[in-house]
Amino acid sequence: MNRVFTTPMDASSPPTIDSEALGFDRGAHLLVKHALAGVAVGSTLRVVSKAPGFRAHVVAWCRSQGHGVSFDEAGRALIVRGGYQTGRWRGAERSGRSDPRSPDAVAEQAKASWGLAARGSTVEAGGPEWDFALDRKHEVWADEAVDLYRQALAAQWDPETAADWNAPFELPDEVEDAVVQVMTYLIENENAALLVPARFLGRIHPHYREIMQLLAIQVADEARHVDVFTRRARLKGREPALSTVGGQLSLKTLVDEPDFSVAAFLLSVLGEGTFVNLLNFLHVHAPDPVTRRIARLAARDEARHVAFGMAHLSRRLNSEPELRARLANAIELRHDTLSAGGAGLNEEVFDALVLLAAGEWTPAAIAAGFERVQALQSEMAEGRRLRLCRLGFDEPEAERLASLHTRNFM
Amino acid sequence: MPETLLMGAVAYAPKVVTIWEGFKAYFAERGLAFDYVLYSNYERQVEAQFEGAIHVAWNSPLAWVRAERMARARGVAVSAVAMRDTDRDLSSLIVVRAGAGIESFADLRGRTVGFGAVDSPQATLIPLEHLSRHGLQAGRDFTARRFDQLGGKHGDHIGGERDAALALTRGEIDAACMIDSNHLAFTTEGILPAGGTRILAQTDAYDHCNFTVSPGAPTELVDRFVELLLAMSWDDPAARPLMELEGLKQWLPGRTTGYALLERAVDEQGFYDADGRILAADYR
Ligand SMILES: [Fe+2]
Ligand SMILES: [Fe+2]
Repeated sequence: MNRVFTTPMDASSPPTIDSEALGFDRGAHLLVKHALAGVAVGSTLRVVSKAPGFRAHVVAWCRSQGHGVSFDEAGRALIVRGGYQTGRWRGAERSGRSDPRSPDAVAEQAKASWGLAARGSTVEAGGPEWDFALDRKHEVWADEAVDLYRQALAAQWDPETAADWNAPFELPDEVEDAVVQVMTYLIENENAALLVPARFLGRIHPHYREIMQLLAIQVADEARHVDVFTRRARLKGREPALSTVGGQLSLKTLVDEPDFSVAAFLLSVLGEGTFVNLLNFLHVHAPDPVTRRIARLAARDEARHVAFGMAHLSRRLNSEPELRARLANAIELRHDTLSAGGAGLNEEVFDALVLLAAGEWTPAAIAAGFERVQALQSEMAEGRRLRLCRLGFDEPEAERLASLHTRNFM
Repeated sequence: MPETLLMGAVAYAPKVVTIWEGFKAYFAERGLAFDYVLYSNYERQVEAQFEGAIHVAWNSPLAWVRAERMARARGVAVSAVAMRDTDRDLSSLIVVRAGAGIESFADLRGRTVGFGAVDSPQATLIPLEHLSRHGLQAGRDFTARRFDQLGGKHGDHIGGERDAALALTRGEIDAACMIDSNHLAFTTEGILPAGGTRILAQTDAYDHCNFTVSPGAPTELVDRFVELLLAMSWDDPAARPLMELEGLKQWLPGRTTGYALLERAVDEQGFYDADGRILAADYR
């Protein structure tokens, strides 16, 4: 609406609007507000109305808004604009910019008072102080998050249709058992991979929107992984198999890690990185088409999770090289804790991987399976070593730390 | 001389604690030691004003009427020192369903009219006075149906008026009494369908709450309290949330010119006697 006033402003009569038969019970206050925005504080707006109940309502509304009101002989309301609408925005603060690429868009420290406000919005002063523990950019940020989030969105798949669950195959009982044991192990690890970002998600200041979004979709990725591995375990009517103390001890040290960057390092750079190797192995060597397919789908997702961990750690290590020592300590501490507790890849999982890669119960097949699992393990260690080098650890240190990683893989 | 100003307030809703805790911190930051005592009803709060328990009371208009009468009977004085901008010039409405054929006071004869709590100035006492002024007496000319909520709270709780409004839309009553701002709020929120009700009558303007100073309260403390209240600014982000909770934009000096209508209602309906004793038999 361009023309607000039905009569021109002049010295003799105040600006006037006619709200016709529209009452305050049907939105007349919008017209009045709009018109009041065009008069100065302390000046008068005249309102003509034919709406029933107008008089009582305009008085009640003006009282609540801090405007004065009286009526002329013709029953028209004379509203004197109060100053409270502008007062609300005194001291309000702009919370960065929405586009992460524009300068000063993302604050080095997000203010507690910005809370849930959209980044770039203007935040009224005096609001609640929110308690987001991760409120500094360097603690969580990676520029690549924007692209990774977009890739993740484009790569979402539906467990129902992404694999052919009815593909015909029949495995020897022991081989099917081995597949179910590996699935049981995978589900346990996926649960950890879901919980770690989920727990940080609630602590990250929403100002760092891109990180929040990326972690949210990562959690959804892990939910799908839990889903497909559970389906595969149950595909031939079996229940999931064995869960060991060692496996859970290893995962518990991950879930308990309180520092975001250290957790990203242990989970994504080392754990999920190692998992990419494992899933690729299953994609190639699993004895049935369903397992091969879902391993491939999960491996693609995991590669993105690794990429975010690498991007975040690279950025942070760039400005904070002393963090490298803390990361090395974290690996050693975890190694010590786990060695003391006897945690590692359980025998059942190791044997199951061999049998699964063997595909049948003959000495020749077992030998081949065993060889493949050994190759997998050195591939995993080599991958960890390379990623550690890329994060600026020197060669011998990278090699040493890569070998200290939990035998549970994740 | 006491160093802490003690204020009484009635706990009509849980938010009362939030409000006065906020004020306590606000005053403390400005060097005024302030504490509050919560009462479950206005009658006990007013009585406490004469027992030396509190220096000021955040009183309903009805509580002010009683305090004023009790003071006069005892040869002492109370005064109203501050009020909200939203306490001035309220009116109550008698609302009917649109198209129900009730066009005048006379059409209310033989009908049922819904009121708020027994002690609600805006939804019971003042509307009853208005009807009586137009020749209609409850029990004789129309049936009064009360939507009692929390007696002793002087109608502070909006529930009674809302229940009456809902009963009106369901056709259980023919008219409902409510404060003007509640009619606007109920129609805006859709509790009353837009255009579904008609305002049959509007009372004259009257004032609502005030801070009532107890007899013999320490003047300096009270003055400082009033000074800080009046200085609260909507533009101040530290003050604004408190003002919003309490429903005002600006504190104003107290005035006692807006209670005549309620005085008349109290006398006519025999709610209190001239000395502030409770007469209403069904009042608990
Ligand atoms: Fe996963
Ligand atoms: Fe993952």
